[in-house]
Amino acid sequence: MSVTALKEAPQTPRRTPAEVVRLARPKTPVAARARAALHWFAVSVLPPLVVAALLLLLWELLCRGAGATLPPPSRIWADSKDLIVDPFFVAGPQDIGLGLRVLVSLQRVAVGFGLAAVVGVLLGALVGQSVWAMRGLDPIFQMLRTVPPLAWLPLALAAFRDSSPSAIFVIFITAIWPIIINTAVGIRNIPQDYRNVAQVLRLNPIEFFWKIMLPSAAPYIFTGLRIGIGLSWLAIVAAEMLTGGVGIGFFIWDAWNSSRLPDIIVALVYIGVVGFVLDRLVAAVGGFVTRGTAAS
Amino acid sequence: MPAYLQLSQIGKTFTRGAATTEVLKEVSLDIAKGEYISIIGHSGCGKSTLLNIVAGLTPATTGGVILDDREVNSPGPDRAVVFQNHSLLPWLSVYDNVRLAVDKVFSGTRSRAERHAWTLHNLDLVQMGHAKDKRPAEISGGMKQRVGIARALAMEPKVLLLDEPFGALDALTRAHLQDSVMQIHASLGNTILMITHDVDEAVLLSDRIVMMTNGPSARIGEVLEVNLPRPRRRLELVANPTYLKAREAVLKFLHERHRFVEAA
Ligand SMILES: Nc1ncnc2c1ncn2[C@@H]1O[C@H](COP(=O)(O)OP(=O)(O)O)[C@@H](O)[C@H]1O
Ligand SMILES: [Mg+2]
Repeated sequence: MSVTALKEAPQTPRRTPAEVVRLARPKTPVAARARAALHWFAVSVLPPLVVAALLLLLWELLCRGAGATLPPPSRIWADSKDLIVDPFFVAGPQDIGLGLRVLVSLQRVAVGFGLAAVVGVLLGALVGQSVWAMRGLDPIFQMLRTVPPLAWLPLALAAFRDSSPSAIFVIFITAIWPIIINTAVGIRNIPQDYRNVAQVLRLNPIEFFWKIMLPSAAPYIFTGLRIGIGLSWLAIVAAEMLTGGVGIGFFIWDAWNSSRLPDIIVALVYIGVVGFVLDRLVAAVGGFVTRGTAAS
Repeated sequence: MPAYLQLSQIGKTFTRGAATTEVLKEVSLDIAKGEYISIIGHSGCGKSTLLNIVAGLTPATTGGVILDDREVNSPGPDRAVVFQNHSLLPWLSVYDNVRLAVDKVFSGTRSRAERHAWTLHNLDLVQMGHAKDKRPAEISGGMKQRVGIARALAMEPKVLLLDEPFGALDALTRAHLQDSVMQIHASLGNTILMITHDVDEAVLLSDRIVMMTNGPSARIGEVLEVNLPRPRRRLELVANPTYLKAREAVLKFLHERHRFVEAA
């Protein structure tokens, strides 16, 4: 079985007991904290801001001319200012801020991804734990995971006869494969030592699942979840373009049909930012939950 | 003395594809209750395999293990193992590692408060009560091994199985732990089966030393009784003739008659 994962070394914040060292002139904690914040700003915030500003400038220069097919940043600001400055306005049933649209899409992602996480971890545990389940299921999973998310949509529409559960199903089916596959790899990599401990203690399968399997495979599971949430976000936008509703995906489709290119570009930025935040969120939860797991 | 733990005619053959290796052949040993037995032999001769068979983690190909008049062939808390690499669960605190075992073994017979007290008691027994809230990654190798011993003791096993428990430790830490184990053995009277490749350790701790021949098809070559009175103190033993003779006997067995012949 292949790991589609970016194999990250599980992060383990070390919590060594701090030694108390008295310095002659202790620095005030406020000054130290301000310095740390400044350092963080210079290293993590400043570079992307500078690059973004340069790119905007380049874009402005390229799209200014009369023959340009895409709007420059200055026109986007002029045309779509309301969308940018107020994400949560409500001006009618179909005329709402992009923040609200994103929330609608996120709701669908939450349901579909939540289901995928639960089912994926359970199936992954089965595949990782049982040789015969792996022999039977793994080739099928490997084949199904290459099916593009939108290819499931017609089938889902036929089965559910409604667009909202169909969109959720597409999320589910997109996110579940990396979760299954990574969980299975994690389960298979549980050190024999831990299995021996479980055997000596006579843990039953349910205790083994909660006390050994989940914590031991957690770094892998979170890698799968992180890939899964990224794919979910990719799929929801595409699915909503086809199923309609008030989500951010349909907004883009609608804007395209009424030739509002600046609106589309603003929506793209929203989607990118939300996808980035989702990814970081899952990574942060993973980092918190798996602290200490990999260290021995 | 009647046998409490009986290894009878144990043989083990590993099969990998078409290749088979006979690792152990006809290993028989009777161990009395409260006895401290060391198994010594060169690396790769099959000591861990033998211990795992007693633990029930590896099935024997022939023969079997009888403990307290019952045949045992699956793992259980009556034969607690202290593994060479401590095998603590890194996501649990020191306390929780021991508590997991206590909860599992005594959930039906002791109250929550009693299990809590029993966990602390065993941590104190190995002098680890002070670090109960630390994670395994935050304590030293010797401390981890202490916790591993506490976890095993807390199960109140009939036999304690130690697989090179001090092998990865520096000499000073090792001496500390050996003293701790001697004290615990003296006060609790556990039956202990320990694997080691350290001659001094074997002589210092054991009632009997079981010397294994080189593999493949390793057998018990010789069994040496160590008739030293307890409590034993390592400093007083340095010049003790019985100690020196036992030490010499084991060294001769290992390095004269069953020299490790890897290069040959
Ligand atoms: N699962 C296994 N499959 C095949 N061979 C094994 C297996 N486990 C151990 N062996 C072999 O059995 C021999 C004894 O191993 P072991 O009991 O670990 O030795 P020791 O603990 O004395 O160093 C070694 O040659 C090893 O290669
Ligand atoms: Mg070994």
